[in-house]
Amino acid sequence: MVGSRSVEADASSGRRDGRAVMSRSPLLLLTAVLAMALSASAHAQEGMAARGGLEAKLEYCKTCHGLQGQGYLGYFPMPRLAGQQPEYIEAQLRAFIERRRSNPVMRNVAHVLSPAMISSLANQFHHLNPPPFGGAPRGAVAMGKRIYDEGLPEANVPACSACHGAEGRGQNEIPRLAGQLYPYMVGQLTGWSKERGQGTAVDTSAIMAPTAHNLTRSQVEAVAAYVSNLQ
Amino acid sequence: MKRIGLIAIMAVVASAVSTAFADDSAAVRNCTWCHGTGAQGYTVAPRLAGQRPQYIMSQIRSFREHARDNPFSKQYMWGAVAALGPSTAYELANYFASIPPKPANDGDSSLASRGRTIFMDGIPEANIVSCYACHGPNAEGIRDIPRLGGLAYFYIKARLEQWGQGYHSTPGSPMPMVASHLGPQEVEALASYLSFVK
Repeated sequence: MVGSRSVEADASSGRRDGRAVMSRSPLLLLTAVLAMALSASAHAQEGMAARGGLEAKLEYCKTCHGLQGQGYLGYFPMPRLAGQQPEYIEAQLRAFIERRRSNPVMRNVAHVLSPAMISSLANQFHHLNPPPFGGAPRGAVAMGKRIYDEGLPEANVPACSACHGAEGRGQNEIPRLAGQLYPYMVGQLTGWSKERGQGTAVDTSAIMAPTAHNLTRSQVEAVAAYVSNLQ
Repeated sequence: MKRIGLIAIMAVVASAVSTAFADDSAAVRNCTWCHGTGAQGYTVAPRLAGQRPQYIMSQIRSFREHARDNPFSKQYMWGAVAALGPSTAYELANYFASIPPKPANDGDSSLASRGRTIFMDGIPEANIVSCYACHGPNAEGIRDIPRLGGLAYFYIKARLEQWGQGYHSTPGSPMPMVASHLGPQEVEALASYLSFVK
């Protein structure tokens, strides 16, 4: 930028003294080109570092959440992040950082992530689309579909589809459930208020708390089995 | 005297083993020649006692299919499992899994607390993942994810280094990716910590 400004300044003075411009301009031009080249390469390096940073972090996430973000069964079930709503991923990472969602592993993982990195990661996972992880028991799938589509009016359980969508894709801060790992779903729905909505801050997880509470264990398992098979 | 003592020990081991593993005590003996008395591990051969049976079976398969390819695996285990049928492998795995494991306690105790921190939290700034997320809070393992607690320092160190050197293990394992981020100091700290875990 400095280089280009001095070229302009010299060009205007050059109208008074053509020779001075003629003799000095190759040097000025070279300076300008060099300055532009340097700033371009600095931008490129910044971009590469940012991309390298993102790619390395993405690989780090996938070590546990599956090479395609499809989820993984370690000692704990690691949820599927592929196709997840970016707003939901961002909200959960913030919840880990602010300890509204308690998780001994994710708290450490999330607290080193910059807001920009969180957005980039959320966006990257949103665009992955591997098949479901699978492995859920098949027996209760039909019951799970009924609960998912119609809810359980007598137990004050609204239809899951009302918020999570007919195909379980979620929207905004409401998570995608399609293809989510069965043991993860069961663990979250049976332990909702032990993990989420901690502390005194207002948290959207409160919306789900009564519904999670009103589902019996076998109903939770049925819904979990149903959504885990959705593409 | 020395030879008589050795024979006596072998006889005791063999008789102890034959009661617990009625079908084929020779199969167990073929393992414990290298894996140590009571399968507690010996030099480069890891402890099998208390290991997850599904892990033992997955590794036997991995040796048979030549997927696990580090030098000692190639030299010893490829041949050792070549004639092992699936039902013997299953029985051996369950037999060894049922033996209470003893910790090797052979790491550097001054590195143990650093190793524990890496095991539990990883080093998120360096993209080093938490070991605990897959191997469990006490490094006990689960399903085909191995128990690491109490394995020998040398063995853990060698395995972590081998993934970085391009050797393979079970197909689909995330461990090559995990290990690629570990430096020599992290490897030594982890191997030290794990050797003391009961």
